[in-house]
Amino acid sequence: MTAQVITVTSGKGGVGKTTAVANLANALAMDGKKVVCIDGDIGLRNLDVVMGLENRIVYDIVDVIEGRCKLKQAMIRDKHYPEMYLIPAAQTRDKNAVSPSDMVRICNDLRVDSDFVIIDSPAGIERGFRNAIAAADRVLVVTNPEVSAVRDADRVVGILEAEEKGTPHLIINRLNQALVRNNDMLSAEDVLDLLGIQLIGIVPEDESVIIGSNRGAPVVTDGKSRAGLAFRNIAKRLQGLDVPFMDLDQQSGLWGAIQRLTGRK
Amino acid sequence: MEQITSLVQIKGIRDGLLATFSDAPWEDQRTALLAQIDERPSFFQGARLAMDVGSQILKVNDLVDLRDHLSERNVVLWAVVSDSPTTEQTSQLLGLATRISKPRPEEQRQFADTITDDTALFVNKTIRSGTRIEFPGHIVIVGDVNPGAEIVAEGNVIVWGRVRGMIHAGAKGDRAAFICALDLSPNQLRIADEVSATLKPQKDPRPEIASINGEGRLQAELWQTG
Repeated sequence: MTAQVITVTSGKGGVGKTTAVANLANALAMDGKKVVCIDGDIGLRNLDVVMGLENRIVYDIVDVIEGRCKLKQAMIRDKHYPEMYLIPAAQTRDKNAVSPSDMVRICNDLRVDSDFVIIDSPAGIERGFRNAIAAADRVLVVTNPEVSAVRDADRVVGILEAEEKGTPHLIINRLNQALVRNNDMLSAEDVLDLLGIQLIGIVPEDESVIIGSNRGAPVVTDGKSRAGLAFRNIAKRLQGLDVPFMDLDQQSGLWGAIQRLTGRK
Repeated sequence: MEQITSLVQIKGIRDGLLATFSDAPWEDQRTALLAQIDERPSFFQGARLAMDVGSQILKVNDLVDLRDHLSERNVVLWAVVSDSPTTEQTSQLLGLATRISKPRPEEQRQFADTITDDTALFVNKTIRSGTRIEFPGHIVIVGDVNPGAEIVAEGNVIVWGRVRGMIHAGAKGDRAAFICALDLSPNQLRIADEVSATLKPQKDPRPEIASINGEGRLQAELWQTG
């Protein structure tokens, strides 16, 4: 096996990088893939919390780099999917504890026997971001349909292009179709028009995402959630499958049914 | 060893350290620089390094590679000064400064003397947020100028695309400079020392040209043929 190394980044903080990583990893594991997640946010780790693995951490990535443990010892096996692992970040160190070549070395070791390595990048464009993209085969840029998040995403795309990392793919997270209809939110078209990169998924705003993150049970495992479906579709596209984009105008529940009946959308 | 390390001269300047490169092959000089740092790691720990690379033509890969090697040694590369427009452009793309506070006066003058009305920088790509392009002549861009990008020219600026960032034409005070674009909806336009606020995005974009009008105000108008 030769894993694909995917880095999830955004520039701006709080747009849903960590949530995306946890959900994509779960979705890929649900499809029977062997997945290793790496938390690249040294000093501010939280991928372990979102994945519900916080209490199992013994060793972290800095221990691996500084030779206090073997790579396998720092890989925490998931509770539900035995083929999914997390390599947590160190909470008591900072970004300088890791260098780009350390990340390349670790990823090359992981490539041998997994299908996907997913790296959660910290916000910003400094050392931590450089570390996170050093080993990437493919970069996913997450943004929200907000002017500030899109501008930061644009900066990140520019850096990735300048460093010849290839053109990244875009995930638009937390799109609220009702606000878009009233012209109160940027539409997916507006975002794409500015960034000019290829879209790999649109995740609708869905409160079950927050509930899932707090419980340590990512939303993809919830069959009814539309955000969960969107993440499962992105995971399929990462595996090279052609999945049509979902219809965001479709509303569920009684209100949606009434609106459809009365012809209002 | 003595011979290798003398290829690159390092001295202290106000903003940190300045490494001056000669015309010897890049690969040798790069090795020499890293060797010099490895010899005295504690001296270079946490240093801010600027490089004067003379007329070396450097590609993105060269600079990225060197920057990564430097960052592993805890040295921050923040500026690359060069006579070569290619290298200068590469550095700007990577977000590195291309001017340091102590310019080299004699060479600066030389550069200025060579500018004629025909000197233009041609950029065939979209300029994204955080990128600043400065040129002591005209600038022609085929692509968009996104919000957060800055274009600064001493002459005119022509954009075959959408302008949503900041453009400054006639940056050294030329009030006859103009800016034109297929869709002119920038954050801000400047010509010489005149500044205009945001132009509203047009519903149905048409080519526009901005210049300083007879009343001395910066104004944009639709492009008229003929």
